[in-house]
Amino acid sequence: VSNGDLIHIVAHEGVPASRQRAGRILIRGSFLLLVVVFLAQALEALGIWDLGFEDWQPTLIAYAMWAVALCAGQVLIRGEQGKRILFVLPSALFVVTFTIIPLVLGLAIAFSDWNLSSPTGPKFAGLGNIEKMLGDRFYWNALGNMVWYSLAILVEYAVAFGLAMLLSAQIRARRFFRVAFLIPLMLSPVAVSWMIGKSMLEFRFGPIPKLARALGWEDPAFFASPEIAKLTMMILDAWIFIPFMMLMLLAGLQAIPRDVSEAARVDGASAWQAFRKVIFPLMIPASLTAILVRLIFKLKLADIVITVTTGGPGGATDTVTSFIYREYRDRSNVGYGTLLAMFYLVIIVVSMTGLLRGLSRWMRPYS
Amino acid sequence: VTQAIFRDTEADRTYKARWWTSRAVIYAILILWTIVCIFPIYWTATTSFKMLQDVQLGRMIPFVDFQPSWVGWESLGLSPDTIGQVSTPRNEFVSRISNSAIVSFSASALAVFLGSITGYGLSRFGYRFGPMKNADISFFFLSQLILPPVVLALPFLVLYKELGLLDTHVGLVVLYALSVLPIVIWIMRDQFMTIPTELEEAALVDGQGVWGAFARIIVPIALPGMVAAFVLSLVLTWNEYFLASLLTSTDAKTLPVMVASQTGSQGVNWWSMAAISFAMVLPLVIVGVLLERFIIKGMSTGAVK
Repeated sequence: VSNGDLIHIVAHEGVPASRQRAGRILIRGSFLLLVVVFLAQALEALGIWDLGFEDWQPTLIAYAMWAVALCAGQVLIRGEQGKRILFVLPSALFVVTFTIIPLVLGLAIAFSDWNLSSPTGPKFAGLGNIEKMLGDRFYWNALGNMVWYSLAILVEYAVAFGLAMLLSAQIRARRFFRVAFLIPLMLSPVAVSWMIGKSMLEFRFGPIPKLARALGWEDPAFFASPEIAKLTMMILDAWIFIPFMMLMLLAGLQAIPRDVSEAARVDGASAWQAFRKVIFPLMIPASLTAILVRLIFKLKLADIVITVTTGGPGGATDTVTSFIYREYRDRSNVGYGTLLAMFYLVIIVVSMTGLLRGLSRWMRPYS
Repeated sequence: VTQAIFRDTEADRTYKARWWTSRAVIYAILILWTIVCIFPIYWTATTSFKMLQDVQLGRMIPFVDFQPSWVGWESLGLSPDTIGQVSTPRNEFVSRISNSAIVSFSASALAVFLGSITGYGLSRFGYRFGPMKNADISFFFLSQLILPPVVLALPFLVLYKELGLLDTHVGLVVLYALSVLPIVIWIMRDQFMTIPTELEEAALVDGQGVWGAFARIIVPIALPGMVAAFVLSLVLTWNEYFLASLLTSTDAKTLPVMVASQTGSQGVNWWSMAAISFAMVLPLVIVGVLLERFIIKGMSTGAVK
């Protein structure tokens, strides 16, 4: 991550002591309010003090007030520097509040046995969920599927690269083709599930099985055998996301100075040689960015699996997300589902860190 | 009879032939891929006007193969002769589509506001928070991108239940803004880095504050980038299904959740599913056609450094 030119401001930073004091009072006062509201609600939750609140919303509101006071207090206490902090602080508070707190909460939930629809509430399960996970054949199967789904990105990349090359060639109606190629990305995966998965692939009268029959495939069942079902889902997902990689690669191609490829032609390189030796090496950073971002989206794959196959046949198309979704929907056990999700997150963080380490040399070939 | 003085040699002629074949191949692939991209929309749009036997016989071209009828749109209450009457499916549809619109617009606006000021701050000022400097803070925001929604989904379910935010617009807006914020910060930070700092330096010398310089000078220049970030957020949040299906039930249910619940049930007819799917994708297809420039701008971020 590079930094641009920073502005260096030399300003008179003196802030009157009275304003600083006001700022401190504001922050501390609102924090005190938050603590009081929280404790009152905690007493109510324990059944000691009846205040008549239905939920924890008062605490949430007090928290929001504290967050606003913290931001305003920065300006009061630090003056100009506080105004600069104000650019980043709201987002930081927002992200920390809504990621770190749920993650910590999730860690606690992961070790509990908690059926949300039962009135008994959470029970501490210890390592029970981990034991269950280790023996859960379907979860490991879903993780294995994610490897296959991720490998499919390489094929998507090849297709996207080819299309990007075509779009950057000298063609007419470039804008028309660009818009047309972009369209699949705009469509909701849920709508696509019906439009293609349920309707166009319909065994009896869908247009694609009809075409397949005309081409000589007698029994065009796209979701019957595990291998073909997995392949179908890969293609469906690729159809939605190829435009995404294509446009990232197209931007990369257009950033290559024209004289570079012209120089290659003048030197007598064939089209293939120019691609192999000049274009492709220059495209490595853009390619890796596109593949990494695509991988991030691929690891979230769920919508089309949930709505088209619900993981079937026999878990062949299951993704981790769709598996946890069903696990929760069928048994409403948040504890086990959260543990599976947390374990998935650990795998993702470890493998992404490894991947970034390994690739960092290739991402910045000029520096 | 005139005689050509310059004649194509053998080499010239093969070169020309090769040029023409390569043109033909390029356009053939382009047109083929266009069909691959567009045909599902054509199929869905026409199917919403087909009677049962037209579907079963696989008729494809309206007015030639089959006589279009309003059957699909009638079942949604959106055909010419049902539009004036009271219709439960239409009310349901309108309520879902307005939920989707409210949630996706608010979440995108929130994310673009937060992302813009953060991207600007990170591109202009040096921060230090403990051991973290600008690059680390940027990385912290970007790293949120790898967090799969499934990790947050169940904790949020528990949290929202306690906070009374289940099945509310606010709950979804917060989560959606959170999920697109890293992308927005990425786009906006890149955008601001391309704007020379001399512009605000001049404004600061003239006595404007940092926020005044940002609002009056930088925002107008960075507006295309903000539109790009907004449109991209809109696409992602409008289409989001997984979190909405877990966190909404009756009041705040969004369009994808409604469509998905009908996909599963066998009772719903083809034509009405086609009509509802088409009605769902149409707004974004229009957005895609009209704002293609901005979407591509947004997605080019990171590819070019």
